[in-house]
Amino acid sequence: MGNVIKVGMADLNVCVSPDSITTLGLGSCVGIALRDPVTKIGGLAHVMLPDSTIIRNNTNIPKFADTGIEELVKQVVARGANRGRLVAKIAGGAQMFAFQSKNDMVRVGERNVEASKRKLAQLRIPVIAQDTGKNYGRTVIFYPETGDFVIRAVGKPESVI
Amino acid sequence: MGGITLEEMSDEYFDVLKELGNIGAGNATTALSQMMQCKVDMSVPQVKLMEFKELGHLMGGEEIIMAGIYLGIEGDIAGSIMFLLEKQAARHLVNKLMGTSVEGEEFSEMEFSALKEVGNIITAAYLNSLSSLTNLKIHPSVPDLTVDMAGAILSVPAIEFGTLGDKMLLIQTQFFDEMVLDGYFILVPNLDSYGKILSALGLV
Repeated sequence: MGNVIKVGMADLNVCVSPDSITTLGLGSCVGIALRDPVTKIGGLAHVMLPDSTIIRNNTNIPKFADTGIEELVKQVVARGANRGRLVAKIAGGAQMFAFQSKNDMVRVGERNVEASKRKLAQLRIPVIAQDTGKNYGRTVIFYPETGDFVIRAVGKPESVI
Repeated sequence: MGGITLEEMSDEYFDVLKELGNIGAGNATTALSQMMQCKVDMSVPQVKLMEFKELGHLMGGEEIIMAGIYLGIEGDIAGSIMFLLEKQAARHLVNKLMGTSVEGEEFSEMEFSALKEVGNIITAAYLNSLSSLTNLKIHPSVPDLTVDMAGAILSVPAIEFGTLGDKMLLIQTQFFDEMVLDGYFILVPNLDSYGKILSALGLV
């Protein structure tokens, strides 16, 4: 067994088999796992918001889906992954609370998922599996060796996508 | 005065927010004590400006299960407020309130709404003291409650702070009755609201 690399909120990292990479307690944030199935080089980003262009002078790259995914691709390729072989799996983007607010922050989970998929489509990286939305938190562990994306949630059986 | 971000806030303003947190949490403790009809003590609240990445560690890990009550604020200031309580503490409060001694992992529908009421009273007491100190109108929305991993619950206020900066203002309070109850308040005012709070207090 390799090491487990931990990714925090608004954070990203690269992971090479046999190591695995995890982020704990995804709520409305989205976890994006990338993998090159041949070299078994992967990575995981934990993004919080859909769009970096709403903020002036953004310095926190991994915080946003658009800049975070771009940076993650750059880093896994720099580590030796083949850009054209990359595939993605995504999880998270829940709506944790039901209360109705006038602003669209309420739908931020859903918008994070949409923005992540849009960015991946733009980069021509196929999303081969996803477990998103609903109203509960998720802990995810990604294994670049097999491509397994393990998802744990409170009071639910562990699932693999 | 327009928006003031947390990063550019001076120590003086920060102290004022700390004091507001202190008084608010004090009021919340009184409300809790009246509701439970017993004496509840409170430690001096700690007010912290935290990076998102550090949040999980503070509460004992992102996967610690907590009860989170979240409500929106409207009126002279806008934003939202969250009150978090560790699950064991939530169980203790519910039992005390309902005169039961359930040990279970899950909360029943009845217990869930009791817990929502606890959160409602605590956050209302907090907001009332903020409102009377500043003379600003503050109307809370209907609260919603969820029991889940700390990281997942915290992602909600973190995302709201995330549109303004990379840090979050957290007020940590310990309540004691027979056991120590760790509670956390997170006040998320929108961009204009810090300025409004500070100027209402005659500071800007």
